[in-house]
Amino acid sequence: MTDVAVRPTPAVLDRNRVVTWLQDYGVYAAIAVLIAINTAIKPSFFSMDNFRVQAFQVVPVLIVALGMALVITTEGIDLSVGAVIALSSAVIPLYLGYGPWLSIVIALVAGCVSGLLAGLMVAVANVQPIIATLALMIGVRGFAVILNGASAKSVTDETIGALGLDSWFGIPQEVWIAVVIVLVVAFVVRRTAFGRRLTAIGDNRAASALAGLPVKRVLVAVYIISGLLAAIAGVFLVGHGGYADPSNYGLNYELSAITAVVVGGTPLTGGRIKVLGTVAGAVFMQLVAATLIQNNVKNSYSQMVEAVIIIGAVYAARGRSGR
Amino acid sequence: MSTLSPTSAAGPDPAVNVDVTGETRLERITGIAQQQGGLVSLVIVFVAACAFSDGFADWGNFQSILVGNAYTSLLALGMTFVILTGGIDLSVGSMFALGGVLAAWGAGHGGVLVAILLPLVVAALFGLLQGTLIAKARLAPFIVTLAGMLFARGLLQAISAEGTDTYLVPKGSAFLWLGDGTWRPILTAVILFVLGGILLMRTRFGQALFAIGGSENAALLMGLPVARTKVLVYVLSATIAGAAGMLNASRLQSGVTNIGVGYELTAIAAVIIGGTLLTGGAGSILGTAAGVLLLAVIQNLIGVHLSQYGSSASDLANGLFLAVVVLIQTTLTRVRRLP
Amino acid sequence: MHALIGENGAGKSTLIKVMTGVYEPDEGEVRLRGEEVAFASPLAAQEAGISTIYQEVNLVPMMSVARNLFLGREPRRYGLIDSTRMKREARDILRDYGVHVNPARPLRSLGLGAQQMVAIARAVQIDARVVIMDEPTSSLEAREVETLFGVIRRLRDQGIAIVYVSHRLDELYQVCDRVTVMRDGAVVRVDDMSAVDRITLVSLMLGREIGDVRTHGATGFADAEHQVKGAPVVAARNLQRRHQLDGVSVEIRPGEVVGLGGLLGSGRSETAKAIMGALPLDGGSVEVGGTTTRRTVAASIRAGVVMLPEDRKAEGIVPSLSVRENIVLAALPRITRAGLVDRAKQDEIVDYFMKRLRIKASSPDQRVSELSGGNQQKVLLARCLCLDPKALLLDEPTRGIDVGAKAEVQGVINELAEQGLGVLLISSELDELIEGSDRVVVLKDGRVVGELTGDDVSQDTLMTTLAEAPPEPDLGAPGAPEPDTTEEERHD
Repeated sequence: MTDVAVRPTPAVLDRNRVVTWLQDYGVYAAIAVLIAINTAIKPSFFSMDNFRVQAFQVVPVLIVALGMALVITTEGIDLSVGAVIALSSAVIPLYLGYGPWLSIVIALVAGCVSGLLAGLMVAVANVQPIIATLALMIGVRGFAVILNGASAKSVTDETIGALGLDSWFGIPQEVWIAVVIVLVVAFVVRRTAFGRRLTAIGDNRAASALAGLPVKRVLVAVYIISGLLAAIAGVFLVGHGGYADPSNYGLNYELSAITAVVVGGTPLTGGRIKVLGTVAGAVFMQLVAATLIQNNVKNSYSQMVEAVIIIGAVYAARGRSGR
Repeated sequence: MSTLSPTSAAGPDPAVNVDVTGETRLERITGIAQQQGGLVSLVIVFVAACAFSDGFADWGNFQSILVGNAYTSLLALGMTFVILTGGIDLSVGSMFALGGVLAAWGAGHGGVLVAILLPLVVAALFGLLQGTLIAKARLAPFIVTLAGMLFARGLLQAISAEGTDTYLVPKGSAFLWLGDGTWRPILTAVILFVLGGILLMRTRFGQALFAIGGSENAALLMGLPVARTKVLVYVLSATIAGAAGMLNASRLQSGVTNIGVGYELTAIAAVIIGGTLLTGGAGSILGTAAGVLLLAVIQNLIGVHLSQYGSSASDLANGLFLAVVVLIQTTLTRVRRLP
Repeated sequence: MHALIGENGAGKSTLIKVMTGVYEPDEGEVRLRGEEVAFASPLAAQEAGISTIYQEVNLVPMMSVARNLFLGREPRRYGLIDSTRMKREARDILRDYGVHVNPARPLRSLGLGAQQMVAIARAVQIDARVVIMDEPTSSLEAREVETLFGVIRRLRDQGIAIVYVSHRLDELYQVCDRVTVMRDGAVVRVDDMSAVDRITLVSLMLGREIGDVRTHGATGFADAEHQVKGAPVVAARNLQRRHQLDGVSVEIRPGEVVGLGGLLGSGRSETAKAIMGALPLDGGSVEVGGTTTRRTVAASIRAGVVMLPEDRKAEGIVPSLSVRENIVLAALPRITRAGLVDRAKQDEIVDYFMKRLRIKASSPDQRVSELSGGNQQKVLLARCLCLDPKALLLDEPTRGIDVGAKAEVQGVINELAEQGLGVLLISSELDELIEGSDRVVVLKDGRVVGELTGDDVSQDTLMTTLAEAPPEPDLGAPGAPEPDTTEEERHD
């Protein structure tokens, strides 16, 4: 019995190997290249100050992208994350009178509720993920703005402000929390039954159902997690900005998050997740933006570059899933 | 075509031997509810508004509703074609804005013809690119058009000095004639909707859209030009969006740069509320028109009664409506055991 | 009027797809009226006069009957579709096929039989010279089949050639003139229909001769009968599902291997899935260990019933997960504490089954998609066994795997039965079914048509049972007559 594995012919293997390597590690290489180029142009790029500036930009996107990665793994999509950020930011000033922690908890609960609604629509009512979360994207932001009123509210609480501004050991609190979240998500994906089911359902739903997996429960849970993570990002934005501005917070976050996930190597077709890759994807997109800004490229052009990168990443990922 | 009908041959007449019913009354009723739900809701909301809302049932108010939504409704028209094939086009809001800026620039720099043709050509090319990526490279429509939304917005800002330059249509330019007055925008929209309806129901292209959305596999096996039709539908959607932006610029007498954000969502909401299945294969232009009007009336009512909340209240209402409609749609769909 | 028959995987569908331009042949040629042709697309084949009617009606269900009939070649006036004329013509054409229906109705609102008629009408309208019908009757009621045959005979009289693919032998004898039998991708016989009798046809399809000496030890099964003891572990009674199952009852006792025999489409896989709770039923009950289970897969697994699905790729393996993860996928609740996978326990289970079933993988971490078919199948078997089942439903456990792995899997099944498991074995391979089973329940068109026990479990009796004309009690029986109420109940 020599039939251990069906192997493609060597020539194909070589090309596949290059493509696979690029898909798996290309984003890390690209990050290294970008850092090198920037440092060469302007040595101050590689400094703690700049690191902090970049970190404050990337952390909220990164946290949202992690939730998005989980959703995409189940062959879904969550367009409501930007609106949930707005909702979470709108809730905080409302309950600040009861203390910062309670208001944070309520903001997070609000995110979970929105996620629950999305999950129920997708898993129980069988609405397509894109349309279920689209409805929430429109409705939840409207709700958030109504809660808050049209103009931004100033939030001067110290605890919340500290989340967005202060550092522990020279590294922003936000970054520490983000690191913890990344580790937790990575742990959940690798070590828990939930993580296993998540991947299985995204990869082969029919087989998962026939193996008796709780498909609906897992799907609902995934959307709740995505909502929760988006709400955390909302809290950070309020802390960093010192304002609650639901009309503007979180706009286009769904797009940035999806981009980070896709660039990080998680296929949109589900069944595979790359937690570290998603982190790298978010960092890479931030570095691209920073590089362009630093070299005085206008915002409009960096937007177009971002669009091209998205298409390129999806196109590259297609090669794998189509195999 | 020499039709080979079997009547001419001998043999027993099969008569009524085939069971044609397969649909229960319940299924038939749910089918009607699904197709006409938007229209029915529109009538109910309209009658209720006339009865209970002061100042709603006023000719001037009706006019302002119609004029205010004439051009944005065209985005929903284009979106209907795309969604019928089972796709989606998230780039129309950006394309609407880009069309307007290009038209205003064209009116100032080249005259009427440039003002009209430039947005249409750019939009068509843009749609061609998106359609090719979707139909030929088989990328997911939502991600392609999401990137398209970003790209078109970037392009717009690049040609308007990051959105700070607003091109004005020169006073006295013949281009202004297009969007002038009350009736011209309304009539333009009505005519385009009628043409859209004809395109959908009375041409092979329209039929192919239904077939692709209903069952792409069947459409292929029946020998329909699936890939070509899919490319064309994105060209059509982008061109309509560009045209809508162009007309809007004529009305506003300038190319407003920060317009159109989120318009794609309203357009999708209107299409879905109008009874078009997001999975494709079923829907109508009339339904979309009803969906557009329903959202417009609600927006108008909110503007009157909940003005302190501004547009956010209508966002909430749109979201709620959309959620309720899709939930009803999916439930009905399951009753009728559609694929 | 040419019949094309063969078992699953014999190559019929591929042949059809080559003839109609869906696939391109690697070698060889297709001749139409003596001329060599090569179709680049289904459209090209249609234009040359070959139209096809597929097993699953390949029309657009949401569009109207008339539009389906004319899709892509609608009558036009002033460049626009003339829908009045289209409807009128559609009504006239369909009347000839016995379908009296308002052509503006959506196709979906018609019964499957009428839909099939629309498909045939469409195929013939395209100036067809050759019409290929792939199992056109699989979803038809008996009287609809009669109507269809009426139409087919008239088409034949007009000089249209018809290729007719079906597994229902009775039908072939009713309408076909000649027959081609395929097996394993090759033609094994071409003859006049009248020159081949039923039993020959069945033996040609299955690749066995009547009266063949049974090749002992051709499988990994020991020949001895198993010790069957006690009350049934699984008792399925009167399973009903429209067009698929018509009152199937099966009992499986501990230590017994029950074979499910039957040709393709006879309802074998559906029976297994129904027992597993993976297929919604119109009627019937399933008892496990004497109590009725909730009809979900998870509940069945908890009650001790597990299934090895037929389609390994689509319903079995989770390709991007590792061998280890695939094995314990269904057993996660048993090896999880507070949500965490107990790795020691997991490795113990995986290690045990990889050794016991001799799963060949570079490591438990290897992706299951990289394994050979046989090893993938063993992984799935391990997934079933680590659930500590009382009853095992095996749907084609050895399909598409190499000889060595096959014997091993068969040996394991045998062992399991000896240890007191109840096994339901579905197999299209006669050797496997006959040597493996203590008892064979024979299905035909969703009904139990016979049960072979003891010495009757043999190739000859099985083939005879399969070839026999079905004991058709009255026309229009399968699943019918169904009152409208059941229709509605089903969609709750």
